[in-house]
This record gives sequence, C-alpha cells and structure tokens, in this order.
Amino acid sequence: MHPEHAHTAAEAVVLATSLLRWIPLLPLIGFGIGVFAASTNRRSIVHITGPGSVLLAFVVSVIAVSRLWTLPAGGAVVDNVFTWISVGMLHLDMTFRVDALTSVMILIITGIGFLIHLYSLGYMHEDADEARFFSYLNLFVASMLVLVLADSLPVVFIGWEGVGVCSYLLIGFWYQDMANADAGRKAMITNRIGDAAFLIGMFILVWAMHDLGAASLRFEDLNRMAPQLGAAAPHLVTAVCLLLLIGATGKSAQIPLYVWLPDAMAGPTPVSALIHAATMVTAGVYMIARLSPLYVLSPAALDVVATIGAVTALFAATMALVQNDLKKILAYSTISQIGYMVLGVGVGSFSGGVFHLMTHACFKALLFLGAGSVMHAMSGELDIHKMGNLKAKLPTTRWTFLVGCLAIAGVPPLAAFFSKDMILEAAFASGHVVLWFIGLTAAGMTAFYMFRAYFLAFEGESRVDHHTEHHLHESPPPMTIPLMVLAVLSIVAGWVGLPHGILWGDAWGHYLAPVLASHEAHEIAGSTVLLLTLVTTGVALGGIFLAYSFYLKSPGTADRIAERFHGIYVLLWNKYWIDELYDRLFITPYVIVSKFFWKVVDAMLIDGVVNGVGVAVGKTSDVWRRLESGNVQHYAAAMLIGAVVTCGVYWWLA
Amino acid sequence: MNVPVENYLVLAALIFAIGCAGVLTRRNFIVILMSVELMLNAVNLTFVALSRQLVSMDGQMIVFFVMTVAAAEVAVGLAIFLAIYSQRRTVNADEISLLRW
Repeated sequence: MHPEHAHTAAEAVVLATSLLRWIPLLPLIGFGIGVFAASTNRRSIVHITGPGSVLLAFVVSVIAVSRLWTLPAGGAVVDNVFTWISVGMLHLDMTFRVDALTSVMILIITGIGFLIHLYSLGYMHEDADEARFFSYLNLFVASMLVLVLADSLPVVFIGWEGVGVCSYLLIGFWYQDMANADAGRKAMITNRIGDAAFLIGMFILVWAMHDLGAASLRFEDLNRMAPQLGAAAPHLVTAVCLLLLIGATGKSAQIPLYVWLPDAMAGPTPVSALIHAATMVTAGVYMIARLSPLYVLSPAALDVVATIGAVTALFAATMALVQNDLKKILAYSTISQIGYMVLGVGVGSFSGGVFHLMTHACFKALLFLGAGSVMHAMSGELDIHKMGNLKAKLPTTRWTFLVGCLAIAGVPPLAAFFSKDMILEAAFASGHVVLWFIGLTAAGMTAFYMFRAYFLAFEGESRVDHHTEHHLHESPPPMTIPLMVLAVLSIVAGWVGLPHGILWGDAWGHYLAPVLASHEAHEIAGSTVLLLTLVTTGVALGGIFLAYSFYLKSPGTADRIAERFHGIYVLLWNKYWIDELYDRLFITPYVIVSKFFWKVVDAMLIDGVVNGVGVAVGKTSDVWRRLESGNVQHYAAAMLIGAVVTCGVYWWLA
Repeated sequence: MNVPVENYLVLAALIFAIGCAGVLTRRNFIVILMSVELMLNAVNLTFVALSRQLVSMDGQMIVFFVMTVAAAEVAVGLAIFLAIYSQRRTVNADEISLLRW
C-alpha cells in the first residue's frame, strides 16, 4: 500500500479527448441497428453489428487505455460530452473518465463482452429472435460501460438502471414461458429495492456536500472532500456508505438481496455469462472501490461490508453443494465469489477486491459458456446426474471447463489462486480472523462443488439417455474459440498480482493505488503469508480430493452422507427456505396490503366517492327536471312570479 | 276635457292584467296571442299617456317600434300555429309540450 499516493489524485495529469464517448456509443448504435433489424427481414445484419460494435468498443478502449498509460501514475483521460444539469450550486456534466480502475473495467467489459457476443453467434443460431437478443446484449454492454466510465454518481446511476432494465429484458428473454418472465420481474424488483437505497444515499451525499459548500457528486470532488465530510458528519458518512451498500447488495447479489440471481438462469446462457462475469454483478464491488476514500472513513460501514461479503461467500457456497442444475451451481458460485470481492473491499483491500473481480470475470465467463456448450450438446439438459463421461464427446469443452474449475478452486498458479489469496490474506492481516476462517471454509466448498460438477458431468460413467446420446456433439468454432481464449485468460490473469517480493510483485496493486484509498494494512511476516497460502491451497486441494473420492472413486458416498445428515441436506436442498421466508415475510403481507388497497380503498372508497357523486347528481336531477313540463304557460307563470317577486323585493327594500 | 294621467295608467294596468290572465289561463294559442296583443297595447297606452304628460316624443317613438314588432310577432306566431295545427290537429297550449322532461 502506498499512502503517499492517496492525496495526489486531485492534481493528477488529465488528458482531454472526445474519444471516450465512442466506447458506450458504439454498442448503443449496435442496439439501435438491432432494434430496427428485428422488425425487418434483414435480421442477419446483427451477426455483424452485434459482436462488431462491441469489438470496435474494445479497440477504442484499448486506444484509450494506451493513452492513459502514457500519462504519469494517477492520471486520467477525460471526455466532457455535455452539461447535463446546472441548477443553483449543482453543476453536473455528462463526463466520461478513464483512470486506472476504469481502464480495468472497460477492458473486461468490452473484451469478455465481445467473446460472449461471438459465442452467442453460435449459441443463438437457431433462435428466431436473435436480432432482439443481440440488441439487448448491446444495450447491456453500453449501460455497463456508462456505469464504469461515469465520473459522477448520477451518471453511474444511468448505467446502474440501464443494466437493471437489460437484465430484466434478457432474463425474461423467452417470455412465452411464465417462469422466465417471473424470473425477469424478480430480478427487476429485487434490484429496485437496492436502487431506492442507492438513490437515498446519493441524495444525502449531495446534501452533505452542499453543506460543505461544494454541491457536487463527481467522484473527484467526493473523494477529495471525503476527509472533511468525515470530520463534519461521521454518522452521515456511515449512513451513506450503508445505503450505497444496500444498492450494491442488490446489483451484486449479496445477502439479503441475492435471491434474484439463481432465478436469473432462466435467460439464455450467454446472458448468464454476461450478467455474472463481465458486467452487472460487479457493479456493486466497483462502486464501493470507486468510493473507497469515503468508505475508509467509516470503519463501521466497512465492517458491515466485510461481514456481508464473508457470510454471503459461505452461505452461497453451502447452497451450491447440493444443486443438481449445472447453471444453478454456477449461479451460487457467482454469489459466493462476489462475496469474496465484497469481503476484500470490506477489509480494506480494494485492489484485492477488484483483482478478484477481474480474474472472476475470466473464469466465470469461461464456466458459464462451458455450461452453455454442454447444454447445447445435451439438447437443453442441465442436470449433472444425467450427464457423465462427456469428455469423450466434448473434448474442447471438457478441457476448458477443467481449467475454469481449477481456476475458481484456487489451484496455483491459476487466476483465483492469487486473487483469492490476496483477499484472504488481507482479511487475516486486518485482524478479521473469523471472516478469514469463513472465507477459507467457503474456498474449500468452492473447490468441492465445482469438482463435484466437473466429475459428475465430464468423468465417470455416462448416464446420458440414448436419445440425447445420439445428438452429442462438440460445439461449433464460434463457441469453442471464446472458450479457449477465456481458458488462457483464466490461467494467466492472476499473474499480474503476485505476492510481494516475487518477480514483479503486486503490480496490480501498484497500478490501482493512485485511485483507491489506502487502508493501512498491518504488515504480516513473510512466513505467515507463506503459511496462509499453504493453508488456502491445501484447503482447495482437499476440496478437490473430497469431490474425487465422493463422486469418482466410490460413487454413492455422497448419497450415504446425505442420508446421514438428512436434516442439513434438506436445509441446503431447499436453499434455507429463504425464498419461502421472503414470500411469507414480505410478499404475502404486501399482497394482502395491496388487496386491501385494491378491494377496499380503490374499489370501495375511491370508486364509491366518484360514482356516488355521479349517482347523487343524477337522482337529484330526476326530481328537479320534473319542473320542465314543456307547457309554455307554466313557464310564463314562472316568469310572472319571478317578475313580481323581483319587483316586490326592490319595492320592499326601497 | 283634461283627463288626469292616473286614469290612463290605471286603465293600462287593468288591460295588462287582463292580458296577463288571458296568457296564463286560456288554452287556445290564438286567444293567447290575442292576450299578448292586449298586454302590448296596455304598455303602448302607458307610453303615450306619459309622453303627453312629460311633453316628450320618446314614448311615442317606442310605441311605433312596439307596433312593428307586434305585427312581426303575430305573423311568425300564426305561421308556427299553422304548422303545428297541420301536424297535430290542435292549437291548445296544454296539449303541446314537446320539450318536456
């Protein structure tokens, strides 16, 4: 950690350019073309524009990042597009900004996003709605790019909401099936809860900044003013951090708002890969890292962050142990891995959290696309108990999937070995030994459940039924090439962040140091680091060995253990009844209240008043209209009486 | 012979009251129309009497207007009655109440 960098960001070198706007704009143009193509019969144009626009965005990103690298450390490339809001003291520009943290994010999003688009070419080949699919996918990438390129919180919020909408559209992509549409809605509504907290946090923040005389939500100003803010209103900072954290738990699928993510598997598999690996779920971690100078001011908030992360990591890992659906296993492992990232930023290792985000993007995209390849071959079947010995028919998928499993399990020298180790080490070093232990346990479980899936699906005896067996085939090149690229990335991605003193050391941490807050890490001895690494690796290998002996060496062991610990098995199988609990706790009362407002307040009270006024006027008129007899003499008599009375009144008054 | 103006006014008031009663009580439209003429002429009488009393020609001016309008009114009224009669074979006020509730 380099504390001397923490306050140099303000006077950093800034390079202005109009290049950055093209990074989100290109996928957005792809989206526009896709939308129009979807309603014509020239749909095949999306085969070019869909992946092409993201590839171009990747190229522009590479150019932007190479410009950033010509600047001294702590510099940034900035593109001021237009003035968005200028009211009173609040001046808000639509500005895109690439600094060290954003450079990592845009390369992940556009790079891995492109591979997923490429893969989708093969995967969605037979779907009649592929134009719609690619346009949504482009919009998703565009939103996510806005999110990470934004230089102020409100602009982040545009992207934040954008990915929320896109996740809804993509999860419910096959909306003809009610279950898929429901899953989409669940994602939308769960996210909305987090977004509401995020908004409130933002409002409080701008109010507090206004009190300090700088009504601004730019990250530069926020992070510069953070110490004053902390001194002026420490409780406010904690409140803001916690509210933003709730927003992050929604997007990043942490306890208590993680429930949407397992259901999000209803979407097409490339969507799962895109949501889980490259984009949406990392938004929360990114946001906390981005606001790290604010978070370090509130140790209480950071402790909450770390605890949520660690507990989620373990909690999701236990649920992944018993799942039979390959994609569901990956879904829970995503929740668990993001738990690690949140734990990382929570114990002050912001670079560690983002490091794991980066490595996870590689191997999780790989695993999801591998699962998609399996699904493609198995005619949609995802139950790992109905697979087995797929290695014979799907060699590329098998090898790449194995690399992904090794990477996520944390086997050296693959990606997650370094990133997970960095987080666990930081947790231990900062004195959160309990959280470290929870993380370690979850690491063992991760290795176990991933290899359970691998052994059941790819090794052992084939349990594929005859009909499906007949169709088993390796996926076409557009699907296998991304797998191979991602497999290579999953191996090498971790090498940028080696432990201190080995080769180039923690180059990753040095690179990100100028933009992240430095949280004083307690120095721990080299021997302790070595010991911790050995323990983590040992636990990972132990998990793999356990999976091997349970599912490959002596099949049936797992069933016997499930029999033995029946209660725990049922608990895990039913996912702790959390969905049911939320249903009882929130949804049922909400439905009851809604029904009350519908049947009583709306149908009876409001409709009663509105219709009552109408009926009352009608009934009264019914009486009064009898006066209109139609006989002119009656009218004449009325005129006479009126004239007499009027004259009489005047006469009497005079 | 000099008749005081009060006499004219009382006579006019009586004629007006008779006309008014006729309009309100008689059923036949022709008679009602005649009663309206009575009321108009009662007013004319007032105008003329007061014109002489006040030595001003204004009242007599208005009387000419009233007579012209009355003639037009009778023409229009009778035309309407003829049309109604050809449709409904009646000119009784209480039998013609088309614009009823």
